[in-house]
Amino acid sequence: MDVELLIGIFPQVLLDGIILGFMYALIALGYTMVYGVLEFINFAHSEIFIFGAFVGVEVLLGLKSIGLLDGLPWPLVLVLVLVAGMAASGLLAVTVERVAYRPLRGAPRLIPLISAIGISFFLQDLIRLVESLWRNAFNLVYPTMDVLNLRFELSETIDVSVKSLVVIGGALLMLWALHLIVNRTKVGTAIRAVAEDQAAASLMGIDVNRIISLTFLIGGAMGGAAGVLFGVQYGLINPYSGFIPGLKAFTAAVLGGIGNIPGAMVGGLVLGLLEAFAAAYLSLLTGGAFGAEYKDILAFSILILILIFRPKGLLGEVVRERA
Amino acid sequence: MIRHRGYLVLALVAILAVALLPAANLDAQGKGTIKIATQSPLSGGQAALGEGIKLGAQLAVEKFKGTLEKQGFKVELVPFDDQAKPDVGVANAKNIIADKDILTVIGHLNSGVAIPSSEVYKEVSLAMISPANTNPVVTDRGYPNVNRVCGRDDVQGVVGSEFAHATMKAKSVYIVHDKTPYGQGVAEFFKADAEKKGIKILGFEGTEEKSNFDPIVTPMKAKNPDVIYFGGIYDQAAPFFKQSREKGVKGKFFGPDGMDSSDLTKIAGKAVVGMYYTSAAGPASELPRAKAFVEEFKKKFGKNPEPYAAEAYDAATIALKGIEAAAKGGKMPSREDVATAVRKTKLPNGITGDIEFDGKGDRKKALYFVLQVASDDPGKWGNNKIVKQLAIAAPAAPVAPKK
Amino acid sequence: MIRSPIAVALVGLSALAVATFPRSVLVFLFFQGSLLYVFKARMPEPLRWGLLAVSLLVLMPTIGYFNSYYLEVATQVGIFVALALGLNIVVGLAGLLDLGYVAFFAVGAYSWAIFGSPHANIIFGGESFPLAGWWFYVFLFVGLGTAAITGILLGLPVLRLHGDYLAIVTLGFGEVIRVLANNLDKPINLTNGPKGITPILRPPTPFGIPYGEFFYFLALLIVVAVIVVNRRLEDSHIGRAWEAIREDELAARAMGVSLVRMKLMAFACGASFAGVMGVLFSAKQVFINPESFTFLESIGVLAMVILGGMGSIPGAIVGATVVTVLNLQVLKGFSLWLNELKNAGVTILGFSLADLPTQFEPAKYERMGAAASASWPIEVGPSLARTTPGGRVEPRPCRPCSKPAASRRGSAGSRRCTTCTSRSTGGSRRSSGRTAPARRPCSTSSRGSTPRTRAA
Repeated sequence: MDVELLIGIFPQVLLDGIILGFMYALIALGYTMVYGVLEFINFAHSEIFIFGAFVGVEVLLGLKSIGLLDGLPWPLVLVLVLVAGMAASGLLAVTVERVAYRPLRGAPRLIPLISAIGISFFLQDLIRLVESLWRNAFNLVYPTMDVLNLRFELSETIDVSVKSLVVIGGALLMLWALHLIVNRTKVGTAIRAVAEDQAAASLMGIDVNRIISLTFLIGGAMGGAAGVLFGVQYGLINPYSGFIPGLKAFTAAVLGGIGNIPGAMVGGLVLGLLEAFAAAYLSLLTGGAFGAEYKDILAFSILILILIFRPKGLLGEVVRERA
Repeated sequence: MIRHRGYLVLALVAILAVALLPAANLDAQGKGTIKIATQSPLSGGQAALGEGIKLGAQLAVEKFKGTLEKQGFKVELVPFDDQAKPDVGVANAKNIIADKDILTVIGHLNSGVAIPSSEVYKEVSLAMISPANTNPVVTDRGYPNVNRVCGRDDVQGVVGSEFAHATMKAKSVYIVHDKTPYGQGVAEFFKADAEKKGIKILGFEGTEEKSNFDPIVTPMKAKNPDVIYFGGIYDQAAPFFKQSREKGVKGKFFGPDGMDSSDLTKIAGKAVVGMYYTSAAGPASELPRAKAFVEEFKKKFGKNPEPYAAEAYDAATIALKGIEAAAKGGKMPSREDVATAVRKTKLPNGITGDIEFDGKGDRKKALYFVLQVASDDPGKWGNNKIVKQLAIAAPAAPVAPKK
Repeated sequence: MIRSPIAVALVGLSALAVATFPRSVLVFLFFQGSLLYVFKARMPEPLRWGLLAVSLLVLMPTIGYFNSYYLEVATQVGIFVALALGLNIVVGLAGLLDLGYVAFFAVGAYSWAIFGSPHANIIFGGESFPLAGWWFYVFLFVGLGTAAITGILLGLPVLRLHGDYLAIVTLGFGEVIRVLANNLDKPINLTNGPKGITPILRPPTPFGIPYGEFFYFLALLIVVAVIVVNRRLEDSHIGRAWEAIREDELAARAMGVSLVRMKLMAFACGASFAGVMGVLFSAKQVFINPESFTFLESIGVLAMVILGGMGSIPGAIVGATVVTVLNLQVLKGFSLWLNELKNAGVTILGFSLADLPTQFEPAKYERMGAAASASWPIEVGPSLARTTPGGRVEPRPCRPCSKPAASRRGSAGSRRCTTCTSRSTGGSRRSSGRTAPARRPCSTSSRGSTPRTRAA
């Protein structure tokens, strides 16, 4: 076994894991916020996430076709795309809530779950239908901006690209903004109140339905931002590519303690790092007997272990505030 | 309660009304219709390839149905969605054999669906021509009705390693595959043969990941292989190659016929310029018939053909020729006759070369081109140059994959 | 009673219709619908069961003889009914949300696939495999046992988990089994990885019945056995214990229910049904690979259980039937019909269907149709589940006010009492109750939803 190699790639794997972790964290927020207020798993969130990526790519392609992609300064383009993706995903999330979940709010707990799964499949094929009519293709490529592909070669095995810095920066910005909204504003207080006790919140004069819509809007917007960053980082999207990251992000949300906002961030990071290290090191450490394909097994095994010793997730009991 | 009942009844009536029409329609059409079915995933993650198969077959049927229509038959294509799921594929297969007008099946994409479904076709000797199932087992069972126009993993993998050894002069290779029967199969045969030829295997990794290849690329880059072989399909390979180059991987890229799509350059851009791939379908630039096919396909459907669309086109052409041969005299042929005729059909100058089946339904001689990607412009995919041609006959006896 | 003659007439008529139009999907649906009527309408029990027995044992195989597609649909319905009934024990009765149920199906399928094919020679060496065909019948029980053991192995570590935490661990477990199956071709080749195992041996059939009919009868037999076992369990002290756990774990423990034993038993029972069907599935398919055992399959079975109404045996049967028939038959039939119209060049509102761009190919959107119809399950779900055969609603006493619960809205598993709005005890049910204050009465288990007043 090549020890030098093992140590040499360590920082790079760490960086890969952090990027992936922030991506999961952003998506996980959508699951965890909805769970906080409604106590149900919004399975359609993975499509809300990928919808943001699609709106982002459409905006980019639109800018490209009118020749503005290289004309505008790149940070402005990025902000524009992010805002468009967030707005679209947020609105989609609100619509889904209104159409598919609200009518079922009085129904037994698992009924909306099935509705969510149905919506998830429906949206996948709907996105595909629209895109294949519009572009006659549904594997879409993010147009690259040259600045983003610049790399800083720190050593022979370590590279940092502008793109990954943008992704990390964007994710941190989103998480910070969310933190402010939930903890420092009236709306945030209302969200936490509804999560704590809907009946009491409505007695206090909070419009519960409005707050629930708002929660979907914020969670959806976070998903949309994640979608855009996902597209920027990995380059290729299709209507079905949101499902697996969605599932992983949901796992991350549970790992951190579902319903708990800081938990989702921690869970996302832990899961991202776990996956990156498992994929990179398993094959090297076992001499090829077990390879990268076991990363999910490792991630899930550790999840099971953590939940056995901390059945409420990593931060499930430490932090009491919920949203 | 009553309100709900009402809805339920209403829904049932609606479903029945909807279903009534096909009944009337299906029963109305009797003799004189010849149907060719396609089975491939038309929804879900593999829909792009599955649709390519359907469209390729559709193009051929529309183009060549004239002879049969002159004899008074009506020729139709019936697409089925197998959802890449074996249970759905088998149910569809039963549905297909129940429709006596269906005389051939073009399909499937996944060997996992093709194998159980072909057991069903065999019950009634319904000819199946596969455009994409490269798993050796598909034909090694020796069924008289099962044929394929695509190559076999054990052939293509060997073609690849031969080229890597002799032409690319590779000393070391890193192999990544997509954990599907196709990708892993071809990668394993490549690996086994490369080892025999003395090429050093620096890594052999499988991944179901579609977008984030960072953790795989990092150790690969550190090992610095001469050649990186990806056993899989372009939609996964392209982001992998792109991310590899972006991270500074220097080795040459190489892959099987799953790479043969203009979308490879559309997604990966400059990263794949100069890379090699093996394919049974010749490039449009050097083969006029391939050029005509690509142009017709583009004109009709507004996009470049996916991998296996050319194979599906050839498969459907053979199906029609087989049916024509069996329908000599203008009589509706039986399925057994069609199956026998299909096995005997020869198609010189198919898009994927001269096609002729051996006793098992494999191609007698699989011609493989090694091509090099010429440009990062997807529109110029047809300009890819042939670097080498290799013709290898399918193994006569089943070859067990190396463990 | 007028219903009995109606039922007899319906079954007779529909069977006749199927004989006359063997290719018509509608007519077959009519047949299925008349069976549903017999299943649900009020009529003397002997007549009901007699009619059902005649239809399923005589008419169905006869239909299948002329159109094997229908038999295949019926067999798959049988497989999914058994799976739904198994999951119903875990989710519906014991209230343990399981998102990885298909793993047990996989375990059963692989147990026969490995030993019923030459593949076992690679593992053990020699030439002694595949086993002789009759071993299949033994393996029905081996599959049952292996799946049950796997169920217990899964159950042990997750005993402490509740609700969604349990859900995510079972989801992970399901994925782990699939990924293992996909990767255990090295270092030891147990499953042959993604390339799958083939040819899997089929057993010798009694009296030389063709395989289509054989698998249909076998599936039917297993379903009947599963229903009987389910029924007996539901009415036994075990079933009561499961329901007690579902309703309130703390109270159940206080009443002397052994949580460990009962939860493990729920997992084992649910898993074993899937194991048996797995063995049948692998022999029927001749080939299996991990693609058959994805997360989506687990979700599909869960959808059947929930659609039919959790905790209800007839509900699970109807749910599984509706979903399978919808997926394999109705939507396929519909898109085939649209395809016919297209080929025939029909024009609608002056627009020729033949000019329809390929983007609108109906076969591409079958799944979308299924998803859309599953998105609004409220009308179908509870109303199907509410009635047991014969249309009787079995009242369950409401605990707080001990009056019969006149079920309003909600599945059989979570009928709420209209008299006292809620049957929750109000206390915290979050596992330990150590830190979390009583946030809301119903939370972790799948017991019920928040009272409707909240949603207003």
